Amino acid sequence: MSANRKPKVATVWLDGCSGCHMSFLDIDERLVALSSLIDIVYSPVVDPKDFPTDVDVTLVEGAVSSEEDLHKIQVIRQRTKILISLGDCAVTGNVPAMRNSYEPAELLARAYVENAQSPDSRQPPTRGLPALRPKAQPVHELVKVDLYLPGCPPPADAIHFVVAELLAGRTPDPSQLTRFGR
Amino acid sequence: MTVPTIVPAQSFSMKIDGIDVSARAGQTILEVAQENGIEIPMLCYVEGLSNWGGCRLCLVEVVGQKKLFPACSTAASEDAQVVTNSERLQRYRRTILELIFSERNHVCAVCVSNGHCELQAMAQKLGMTHIHVPYRFPSHDVDSSHDRFRLDQNRCILCTRCVRVCAEIEGAATKGVSGRGIESLIINDLKEAWGDSQTCTSCSKCVHVCPTGALVEKGTAAAEMAKRRQFLPYLTVMRENTP
Repeated sequence: MSANRKPKVATVWLDGCSGCHMSFLDIDERLVALSSLIDIVYSPVVDPKDFPTDVDVTLVEGAVSSEEDLHKIQVIRQRTKILISLGDCAVTGNVPAMRNSYEPAELLARAYVENAQSPDSRQPPTRGLPALRPKAQPVHELVKVDLYLPGCPPPADAIHFVVAELLAGRTPDPSQLTRFGR
Repeated sequence: MTVPTIVPAQSFSMKIDGIDVSARAGQTILEVAQENGIEIPMLCYVEGLSNWGGCRLCLVEVVGQKKLFPACSTAASEDAQVVTNSERLQRYRRTILELIFSERNHVCAVCVSNGHCELQAMAQKLGMTHIHVPYRFPSHDVDSSHDRFRLDQNRCILCTRCVRVCAEIEGAATKGVSGRGIESLIINDLKEAWGDSQTCTSCSKCVHVCPTGALVEKGTAAAEMAKRRQFLPYLTVMRENTP
């Protein structure tokens, strides 16, 4: 991270519930202090629609579940120096991976045929729905991950600790602040 | 008239992690370590039950020996120098945990034992950050046929604590293991529904020695299944008094 510009930080949300992002917001007033030290260049909470090049730190929430997720994470990896798996879905697959004992076709039939309320809509949508991959996978099974921050969600203190340590140029070890399922 | 004499147990000295300790004949390395406040990680071992030696977390190094030894089922020996926490052992233990996590479907966030689970706690303690091997995502049954208890194979680590406590303490021998290797399953009687068991006394010892959420009380929601382990210190006494 060069000294003459603020580090660029991104957060993304793949197959997750947004709980990790809620926990990120739970950093509360410390976010104000953080915002003077970093530029949040891409995130569900800021405007830009395209992932920028040359990002210093990206926090990824969620498992890689669809072809769209895979495409996103590959682009993000290319454009990010430090990639952090944020939360159990990104680290282990967690709840999204509970579908992995079933075939994607079975899942779609369950959701869009068996449980359809309107008889007219009894088929899976063919447009606007990214194709499901055979399994929801943790991020590190598809691209290299530099740091793991488990928790469901990781506590705000753990997220703040990791970002603050990275800003200070240290490699954080958040294992005392969070764990799987926290 | 002969005066009974107390024959002292044969004792000897050995080193654990560079510390001189005294051991008695018949003790395991784990027992000696515990007596001296040296902690060795373990999941299948429970004081008072027979040794299983299956989880391999308690592997230790013995200076001069190439292979590793499970501390729970290796006899302490005179002048042995034991290492319990080398870089290599830490790496092996994390790998063992990763293999356990990848083998079944351990989803801490939705588990009734979240926050009370020995597997989860061990992962944090030993610094397991993620699982390097691919997850298997097997399809496993949940047996809810018993009135009060549930057996969830997805969360089982095959430590066999339940099998041993049922046979050795309760004397019912309801629990067993079917299959081999990765196909192994904890079963009731001859692989029957738990609720149909004629041998189960519903004593709940298996539930409370289970280290994970594999054996639980029904009616518990996520993170509610705290196990009651108060009886564990009495296992040895119970075992010795079982005819």
